[in-house]
Amino acid sequence: MLFSSRCGWSRPGPSRGIGPAPVPDTAAIMHMGPDLLVTLHGELDDRTVESIERDLTSEVARTHSRGALIDVSALDVVDSFAARVLARLVRMIRMLGAEAAIVGIRPAVAITLVELGVSMADVTTALNAEQGMARLRRMRADGSVRGGHDSHG
Amino acid sequence: MTATVENPPADLLAVTTVTIEGESDLLRVRSTVRAYARQAGLGLTATTKVVTAGSELARNILRYATGGQGVAHIEEAASGQRRGVQDVFADPGPGIADLDQAMRSGFSTAGSLGLGLPGSRRLVDEFSIDSAPGRGTRVAICQWDR
Repeated sequence: MLFSSRCGWSRPGPSRGIGPAPVPDTAAIMHMGPDLLVTLHGELDDRTVESIERDLTSEVARTHSRGALIDVSALDVVDSFAARVLARLVRMIRMLGAEAAIVGIRPAVAITLVELGVSMADVTTALNAEQGMARLRRMRADGSVRGGHDSHG
Repeated sequence: MTATVENPPADLLAVTTVTIEGESDLLRVRSTVRAYARQAGLGLTATTKVVTAGSELARNILRYATGGQGVAHIEEAASGQRRGVQDVFADPGPGIADLDQAMRSGFSTAGSLGLGLPGSRRLVDEFSIDSAPGRGTRVAICQWDR
């Protein structure tokens, strides 16, 4: 039997896991011309993800940014909560009238999110920050022709 | 003479128990599961999946268990030539009344996406759940190196 009864709620002597609690990282927001770039790294706890959401949305509004890239290439885990907040963040930034994209999702993270059942279908993504930047510019060009930016993803 | 092995893996205990009672414990669960997965020689994708599943199940405890409290037991698993990581997430209550419903994608009693249990099951090689009202919930998962 694989899942032996050795494991149970009443097991004594709980520890605190491996090493000290990882310190949640925050993210710095960089200005690149009319766009913002935020790079997430380290272990993100729920509160940190939500504070990044607030900070980036405020910064887009404050600086009248045209677009924002959220670089997740340094994250080795994105669970359903983080993915949901990131997708919500992209929608919020669009609502402000700017473009937004998530860039640098690692292959293992992409596989995991798809199997988990998280849909990022309505979220613009790109392989890396460079391609994401090109994507933002292209969306702006299309948007100025069509007079909107919801016409494609 | 001293051994010449570079970066010898840190020896992990047979079982590590992480008490789950706050958000920072999610990070502890992730880093602990990752350490055991590495020790067992799991590949990157298998490791990412089992760490993510652990994060989902630990969050379930914070969200649904009485007082948001429970424990995660993380240990190395072995079966023949295979090595893996086995995690048990247990909480004392209130338990799940309708397991079939809880295992269905899209069902949630907390306004979330309802991906936690069915999603976690898809991420790992083995998944079992035991729960009943008043008896708490115990979810066991296992991920193998091949």
